[in-house]
Amino acid sequence: MAKLNVELVTAEGRVLSQEADFVLAPGAAGDLGVLPHHIPLLTPLRTGEVMVRNDGVEEYLFVSGGFLEVLPDRVVILADAAERAEDIDQTRAEAARRAAEEALAEHAGDAMAAAKLERALYRLKVAEVRRRRRDRGSHPGTS
Amino acid sequence: MPSLRDLRRRIRTVANTQKITKAMELVAASKLRRAQERMQNARPYADELTGVMAQLMGRASGREHPFLAVRPVTHRCLLVVTSDRGLVGGLNSNSVRLALRESSSGGVPTEVVTIGRRGRDTMRRMGRNLIADVSNYGDRPTLSTILPAISVAMERYEQGKCDQVDLIYARFISNGRQEATLQRLLPVEPPADATPAAADFEYEPDSAEVLDALLPRYVEAQVYRAVLENLASEQAARVMAMHNAAENAGEVIEGLTLTANKERQSSITTELMEVVSGSTALDEA
Repeated sequence: MAKLNVELVTAEGRVLSQEADFVLAPGAAGDLGVLPHHIPLLTPLRTGEVMVRNDGVEEYLFVSGGFLEVLPDRVVILADAAERAEDIDQTRAEAARRAAEEALAEHAGDAMAAAKLERALYRLKVAEVRRRRRDRGSHPGTS
Repeated sequence: MPSLRDLRRRIRTVANTQKITKAMELVAASKLRRAQERMQNARPYADELTGVMAQLMGRASGREHPFLAVRPVTHRCLLVVTSDRGLVGGLNSNSVRLALRESSSGGVPTEVVTIGRRGRDTMRRMGRNLIADVSNYGDRPTLSTILPAISVAMERYEQGKCDQVDLIYARFISNGRQEATLQRLLPVEPPADATPAAADFEYEPDSAEVLDALLPRYVEAQVYRAVLENLASEQAARVMAMHNAAENAGEVIEGLTLTANKERQSSITTELMEVVSGSTALDEA
């Protein structure tokens, strides 16, 4: 079966490079899923989570903005910042979310703080998804 | 002639300096390896971005982005990348000299944005029109650390307050060679191999908006790469400078030791003469 070659790179380095059957990304005009033999496409990305599935194994990543380039056999994600779910420090994400919420309370409508909060929330969500899946994996039937 | 004690003291001082420069050489050598690695890591992103840019520029459709518009140059802006720390030989002074030459040539008012403390301090001392600075970026700068400096330059350009932005940094050629380099940043010059994209390429929402989002990132990636390269150049230059310093210290120690030994011998000779002539005088008496 045809596979996609997925590359996720940031200015600081390559975050992920692997084969996949399916990629889900937060496109500027809405979330989009990519299967092999997709039509060539280029779109900016919003802040959110990227999911890469290969042989039923799902990998979650956090990206804050960037680009998605789709070619028939290749997906390139140029992210402004990206973190794998297992690298996301949950305490740090939690602290960032609180700081952003406080900043928002003080200056309602502050765009920078709103963006910060959005990023923190997505980091938490990606970490959360990952934790739930891990729990389910190690204690079958308990969740 | 300095006394023997003074000579010995100076030998000790120079030996201490030599220890320090040797240590700095070793530290810089290990930092150089990591800086080069970081330079390598940044390459995939820059390459992919350039590839995407080349495709998009090939089909410049609809309205022109301000970053692409070429205007007559009445105001210039220089983005000068230097190291935060000194003891790097002529690395920073070469970049700064190039910047000073550029800023006083052509009779066009020039603004300066600096990244790195060395450049900032010199530009300020020379009374240049410094409008923004990011310093103390450390050994592992992220894009967001240096972003403020880039944003200021891009903003000035967008507002029409300057018509050309150039980047100056020390290009890393080899461990033994770094070169102050000037590179055009804005207006953006299309990548050399701009090939029109395949006709069936789709853009979401449309190609103009994708280009809008792409161009600032392209500029940022260029500056970020320059900063990483400058960092590698800095460490390489420091390895060289410290190696030479340690070598020079060795030569100085050799010279001083020679003088000290001569001094010691001549004082022994003098003492012997005194003893001998003293005892002859006693015998004669």
